[in-house]
Amino acid sequence: MTIKQSRPPFDASTIPGGLCPIATHLTTMLPGDWRAERPIVDRDSCVKCATCWMYCPVQCITEHAAWFEADLRVCKGCGICATECPHRAIVMLEETK
Amino acid sequence: MITAKTIVCDGNEAAAWGAVLSRPDMVAVYPITPQSSLAEYLSQFIADGILDAELLDVEGEHSVLSVLHGAALAGARTYTATCGQGLAFMFEPYFRTPPLRLPIVTSLVTRDGITPQCVWGGQQDAMTVKDVGWVHMYCETVQEVLDTLIMAYRIAEHRQVMLPVNVNHDGNYLSYGVCRMELPGQAEVDAFLGPKDINWHVALDPDRPMAVDPLTGGAGGPGPALFVSYRKGLCDGMQHALRVIEEVHDEWALRFGRRWAPLVEEYKLDDADFAIVTIGSMTGAAKDAVDQARARGERVGLIKVKTFRPFPIEAMVRAVSKVEALGVVDRAVSFGWNSGPLHQEVLGALYYGRRPIPAISFIGGLAGADLTVGHFRRVIEQTAAARWTGPGQAPIWLNEND
Repeated sequence: MTIKQSRPPFDASTIPGGLCPIATHLTTMLPGDWRAERPIVDRDSCVKCATCWMYCPVQCITEHAAWFEADLRVCKGCGICATECPHRAIVMLEETK
Repeated sequence: MITAKTIVCDGNEAAAWGAVLSRPDMVAVYPITPQSSLAEYLSQFIADGILDAELLDVEGEHSVLSVLHGAALAGARTYTATCGQGLAFMFEPYFRTPPLRLPIVTSLVTRDGITPQCVWGGQQDAMTVKDVGWVHMYCETVQEVLDTLIMAYRIAEHRQVMLPVNVNHDGNYLSYGVCRMELPGQAEVDAFLGPKDINWHVALDPDRPMAVDPLTGGAGGPGPALFVSYRKGLCDGMQHALRVIEEVHDEWALRFGRRWAPLVEEYKLDDADFAIVTIGSMTGAAKDAVDQARARGERVGLIKVKTFRPFPIEAMVRAVSKVEALGVVDRAVSFGWNSGPLHQEVLGALYYGRRPIPAISFIGGLAGADLTVGHFRRVIEQTAAARWTGPGQAPIWLNEND
């Protein structure tokens, strides 16, 4: 899915194709598109210490009533949260289609 | 305002004057022998208010060219100069400049490659980076350094070229060789160059938001075709440059009265039986040797390459079609071919022109060694003999027994 710029400020079609690599359209593909493993949070073990929230490199940890978990649209499955969780509340599960 | 006058200067000062008259907005230089005095001249011109440009003192050549990328993307006319190990350290951004189509002009004060440790002239540095998409023009005289530097901006910024240009002058021989030079006036140079137009196609500009150099390529989607289109576009720009270089040299001759061969110079070639091929400042001694041989009755001519990249295949084929043997003199080594780099280019042109004539590779002038009229007399003698014996397989090293 692509989105036009909200305010097209110049006509990109005036630049000859094949001249040099530029992009004038925003692509909304998120890192979750190529995830191989997903983090699963054990809600009973999670104490909301926010360690996962601090370490997540794509800042995809969201807060819920009694636990944190990853926004799977953004999470790229790196597993840093599972490694860093002091309560061992996160396991990585292989994605299957 | 600089008015036209005659001055006495060396090639490094000539290059600096060429930069001054081209009015760059930003200059970044890091000193390296034999370019250092060029950096000093530029700094002095800016300190004295003769050149109104931002001067960046950065920590090395990698940063020099990187900041000039940013400046060009913001619309600035830019200039730098380097050579040898400095050019080697600059290579990462150097490699990226042509496909970004940034019209940056850079003097290469050519220097031999280390190791062995040396600080003297030779064209090994420039020849090593010949195939990444920069235009390369080699100068013969101090005056040609100044004239070519100004012309380089017209060539680089031409809308059908949009490529970086190296103006190369031999370390030591041109960098420090002092002679008379005609300095053009600022008004005349301004009229010649016209207004600058650097970032109409790719820009760092809040009013034209774009991603510069996004991830392109791969095996799927639009990647493969898009990547090919950029590669072909760069090749097209290089081929357009051949025509633009000729047009710009013609206009320079009309406006300033000095006509330089834009691609390939033919010297006493029309009735020649054989010819020597040269590049850069060695050509002066080579022409003297040709004159002496002519006085002895030998029908020898000379072909000088000014524009080495893009290689002027058609002009070279026209030139080599007039003779029966060639002696190609390089001031650099092609280690891959046991030959000189220019020699390999000439062999390519001979194949293209369907002329399988003998062409000997001579290598001389490495690391500051002199190339004299005497050396060229040997080149002429051995090239004349090659008409009957054919060329040997190994190069002839001109300074081997000096």
